[in-house]
Amino acid sequence: MERVKFQIDNKDCEALYGQMLVDAARDNGVYIPTLCNMQDVKPCGSCRVCTVKVNGRYATACTTPVACGMEIESDTEEIHEIRKALIELIFAEGNHYCPTCEMSGNCELQALGYRFGMMVSRFPYQFPQREINTDCQHLIIDYNRCIRCKRCIRTIKDKKGKSYFAFINRGDKLEVTMDKEMAKTMPLKVAELAMENCPVGAILLKETAYRVPIGERRFDKKCIGSEIEETDVKVFMGELNNE
Amino acid sequence: MSKPLVATASLAGCFGCHMSLLDIDERILKLVELVDIGKSPVTDIKTFTQQYAVGIIEGGCCNSENVHNLQEFRKNCDILISLGECAIMGGLPAMRNGIPIEECLNEAYLEGPTVHLNTEKIFPNDDELPMLLDRVYPAHEIVKIDYFLPGCPPRADLIWDALVALLTGKELELPYEVVKYD
Ligand code: SF4
Ligand code: SF4
Ligand code: FES
Repeated sequence: MERVKFQIDNKDCEALYGQMLVDAARDNGVYIPTLCNMQDVKPCGSCRVCTVKVNGRYATACTTPVACGMEIESDTEEIHEIRKALIELIFAEGNHYCPTCEMSGNCELQALGYRFGMMVSRFPYQFPQREINTDCQHLIIDYNRCIRCKRCIRTIKDKKGKSYFAFINRGDKLEVTMDKEMAKTMPLKVAELAMENCPVGAILLKETAYRVPIGERRFDKKCIGSEIEETDVKVFMGELNNE
Repeated sequence: MSKPLVATASLAGCFGCHMSLLDIDERILKLVELVDIGKSPVTDIKTFTQQYAVGIIEGGCCNSENVHNLQEFRKNCDILISLGECAIMGGLPAMRNGIPIEECLNEAYLEGPTVHLNTEKIFPNDDELPMLLDRVYPAHEIVKIDYFLPGCPPRADLIWDALVALLTGKELELPYEVVKYD
């Protein structure tokens, strides 16, 4: 495979030609924040949290293949601001009552909020009225927290490759749903994987909850992305306001 | 020189944030060296008689009294802080947002599984009672808020460090573990 040279924030990097930018960055020890993306799963580019500038133009790093000589801006004030705003938008769009959420502490959206120093969303909280789907014998889908990242649709399939989950409706009515028949027969193992793959607390296993104590959860002490690049996330006085 | 005055209020909250303030343990002695606590449920002082340096708000606004209270705080405090998830985004009380008021009242006073004694089927409706708002509002949707300290409740270290930084003008540098939304 051909290797290409490129730069992220002026750091010389090398990757396989055609690798997506998030993967190429990771291989060079650079963390580009992602939310809808999953390693080794076909990207769908829905959340835009991985926004970078490629040769001066905005692009999503999870859907943009690396090419020779690319100059990528990622860790800049401008990009940071864009990503933070996107995260705040997601918080305001749904009903994210973290204190009541089973995924709290293990949630990737929340972890991004922490990483970006979000104290409050600058956008008006929408408080949408959303239902909970309990069709599946092992799972509930809580639409209050679904960010429509399509991870469940892309990764949770039966032996024949048919997805258990699907999108219905369009625009702001877009929703994840489950095939009713398949939902009834979904094996527990698959259900567990569905919960694991959902980045937020929208897919939850029935009959069990809060298995990891506070203090030992995934993002209690470690910042998201710290497995790729050492970060020292600190909060400063100015960040406690929403300007 | 007199010490800066601090006021606190619990609006549509559970007093958990105030409890967390007490969680600063022995630092509370340093706190009273640093500030005077005026109007607050802690002191039971109920009115503003002079301009305050800092107002700390727990809880969002779920009724007319909360709104009035919050506006008083804005008028009388130089700096207002939203303390905790309820003040910041409505929190648990806001889980009623989106549900019609009538449905909420029916559930609470007529049809809820724990309603046994309301045989006359009345809704509390005394003039003394504040009016419920159509929904619960985060504090910053009612008045301008200067700082936000998240958490449910906010960690004592967060409250302490932020207050000290604010009052002494010292730099604030909080470690990752201290800012959480739960
Ligand atoms: S899904 Fe994540 S951000 Fe949303 S309420 Fe749960 S923990 Fe909070
Ligand atoms: S249920 Fe979870 S995995 Fe599926 S689209 Fe919603 S947030 Fe993504
Ligand atoms: S991670 Fe790239 S768009 Fe969501």
